[in-house]
Amino acid sequence: MADLTSNFIGIKSPNPFWLASAPPTDKEYNVRRAFDAGWGGVVWKTLGSEGPPIVNVSGPRYGAIWGADRRLLGLNNIELITDRPLSVNLEEIRRVKKDYPDRALVISLMVPCDEESWKDILMRIEDTGADGVELNFGCPHGMAERGMGSAVGQVPEYIEMVTAWVKHYSKMPCIVKLTPNVTSILPPAMAAKRGGADAVSLINTIKSVTNVDLDSFSPFPMIDGKGSHGGYCGPAVKPIALNMVGEIARHAETRGLPISGIGGVTTWRDAAEFLAMGAGNVQVCTAAMTYGFKIVQEMISGLSQYLDEKGMRLYQLVGRAVPNFVEWQDLNLNYVTKAQIDQDACIKCGRCYAACEDTSHQAIAMSPERIFTVKDDECVACNLCVNVCPVENCITMVEMPKGATDPRTGRVVSDYANWTTHPNNPSAQAAE
Amino acid sequence: MSNSPLTPGVVPGRLPAEAIAGNFSDHEAPLDAHEARVAADRCYFCHDAPCMTACPTSIDIPLFIRQIATGTPDAAARTILSQNILGGMCARVCPTETLCEEVCVREVAEGKPVEIGRLQRFATDTLMAKGVHPFARAAATGRKVAVVGAGPAGLAAAHRLAMKGHDVVIFDARPKAGGLNEYGIAQYKSTNDFAQAEVEWLLKIGGITVRTGVALGKGVTLAELQKDFDAVFLGMGLAGVNALRAPGEELSGVRPAVDFIAELRQAKDKSVLPIGRDVVVIGGGMTAVDAAVQSKLLGAQNVTIVYRRGQEKMSASGYEQEHATSAGVRIITNAAPVAVHQAGAAMEVEFAYTVDGPDGMTSTGETFRLRADQVFKAIGQTLSGAPEGLALAGGKIAVTGAGRTSVPGVWAGGDCAAGGEDLTVTAVAEGRDAAEDIHAALMAKQ
Repeated sequence: MADLTSNFIGIKSPNPFWLASAPPTDKEYNVRRAFDAGWGGVVWKTLGSEGPPIVNVSGPRYGAIWGADRRLLGLNNIELITDRPLSVNLEEIRRVKKDYPDRALVISLMVPCDEESWKDILMRIEDTGADGVELNFGCPHGMAERGMGSAVGQVPEYIEMVTAWVKHYSKMPCIVKLTPNVTSILPPAMAAKRGGADAVSLINTIKSVTNVDLDSFSPFPMIDGKGSHGGYCGPAVKPIALNMVGEIARHAETRGLPISGIGGVTTWRDAAEFLAMGAGNVQVCTAAMTYGFKIVQEMISGLSQYLDEKGMRLYQLVGRAVPNFVEWQDLNLNYVTKAQIDQDACIKCGRCYAACEDTSHQAIAMSPERIFTVKDDECVACNLCVNVCPVENCITMVEMPKGATDPRTGRVVSDYANWTTHPNNPSAQAAE
Repeated sequence: MSNSPLTPGVVPGRLPAEAIAGNFSDHEAPLDAHEARVAADRCYFCHDAPCMTACPTSIDIPLFIRQIATGTPDAAARTILSQNILGGMCARVCPTETLCEEVCVREVAEGKPVEIGRLQRFATDTLMAKGVHPFARAAATGRKVAVVGAGPAGLAAAHRLAMKGHDVVIFDARPKAGGLNEYGIAQYKSTNDFAQAEVEWLLKIGGITVRTGVALGKGVTLAELQKDFDAVFLGMGLAGVNALRAPGEELSGVRPAVDFIAELRQAKDKSVLPIGRDVVVIGGGMTAVDAAVQSKLLGAQNVTIVYRRGQEKMSASGYEQEHATSAGVRIITNAAPVAVHQAGAAMEVEFAYTVDGPDGMTSTGETFRLRADQVFKAIGQTLSGAPEGLALAGGKIAVTGAGRTSVPGVWAGGDCAAGGEDLTVTAVAEGRDAAEDIHAALMAKQ
């Protein structure tokens, strides 16, 4: 078993799998069950200011989309921050941390955007024993209408300002949770860094409507015939999250800023990908909400096996893919591949043919016996056939060796060259 | 006093009535809505799908499965029924394991095909449960067509002709319409009187009159039909039964398997049906399997299918054979009947072992006997009562193109016509295609 012990901005946990601030971490009962199941840490469901707690709707809070066999692919929610009294939450946090000293326990916070509110809440949580705070600048629904959550996360100046307040009034490690509902994730990340954040966590949920009821014409989730946008999460958002994590990890101004990766982590493999893309640990919510807390055991065993097989330590995995995450203009335009169909593996469904013939480059031939072959002189290597083939590894992309002639272009495969020097690039010509 | 499988002779109630009723319920339970969605999700929506090519009625299988997957089983049913108006029965009786499901790419890849038959049943049952008939008749053409035989071929032809605006009269010798769907299919494949329900639903198209108790040579002649109608379609099936041509065949315990099956299908309460303790079924097709399995389900102790050639030549599919053996039926191959002997109250059937060689089938000379209270002959049916003047081919009505017989104005399809497998689905295809041809011919004459 590989050593999965994690040290994220000084917060230690037995593994890098934390539960994100969300319904599963709303109270002592759930968090104890999570720790008993093996989770390395939790970010406690977001606390608000002292005073009457917020209220939630009493109708559906979640909407979803499904794949085959009703596999949940995406979940959307309109739940707000904790609706339980602050004092109750603080007392529970104290008790849990005392009983689970080896686990990470971070408190998520969201209070109005003024210095006094932040100073007050930080003082109240000081003696809970919690390991750190996470500033919820991400929540896109409900609280944003009240000037909190993503309303703050969409304005870099606010992020910097509030982060600075938190660092001023608290000694706790501070994680800034970012919203993906922005044009670019970089300015908010930079602002967090300027404000003194110890780390950023991302992504929070994405503004979304999961579906529209075609009888009542209400968007979902529906409350009394009306729907409001919710926050989208689950496996469907992973690609968006991976990109944003990678953008922060590679950018000169944000490189080295610790990242807690969030967004559709469902298996150990997803987690490993976030780590490779620069995340120091991961946070999980939807997978636990779908399958229960036990899934962490698969994540632990899977990541451990992977690291063992690679002969790698956990910290050596972190950021390993970042140098390979480049801009389009840096891609090698002289890298030529061709699709190749393994006839033994082919089950003759013809989906590659339909996809290529109808929607792409007419580069697959179909014989009367349903033998499908690639026309190398037409194949642009787009990979669509690979993506629609139901048999894994039946169609692969085979690299043409240097010196070979691409039958499609008639050009010889040569050394690395990218768009910045390509003759068709006006900028490249201007530079000459 | 109650009977058991061990009771000598031919007696009813060898099993408790509830057990018998259970034995004749749905052989394969229908899919519920969720199961159907899951099963439908397995379809790859193949390009130029092999399943569709394998279907004698060319149902657009990927399309109807996608319609199920997207929550519109009614639309799926329309896709099915537009090609095969008896899609409901075919979903139950088609040997899908040798048709669509055999060539399903997932069968080829994983040995586990998409459950096309059960999905088709889900779609057609959903629509039929609403009592909706999804097709409407075209404007009346004023033409009249006679259809002989209310089996799958005749019903398919009649429906298509009625839909095109023609008036149709169907004649059938039996008291009920449906043909083999009503009288010839194993009970557990067509439960809850489905065959009659399907006929009633089909007739909702309108324009079709059914006259039962009438057959060619029994109340009507082909010449009369030719005179009174603009066209005639013959789909009267195969009413004759092949003979064993062995001494003792005339013994009262020896009877055609199709008669036993028909009697069983018509019995409301199966527990009153007498069945032998020892039953021997001679033949290698689906009729043999249906008779043997149902004998077992009635409580017969020993049921044996004996087929004269090798197992690979049996026309019952591997799936059907497995169904028989798992029901407790023994299958003996390469044994031909020599004689049926009276043996006290029962009989003994004497068989000779055979070998299939380059010169055909020969007897090894070695014989054996099987005890039998009942012997069911399932060695094929023959055309009987074919009208004079029609050219025959291989003992069936010769046809060219879409069921055109040698006599102008007369078409034929289904089991009575030469060519094609003797399957319900093939009969539907032939009836439908002949109807289209009749329609074209009638409209061209205007």
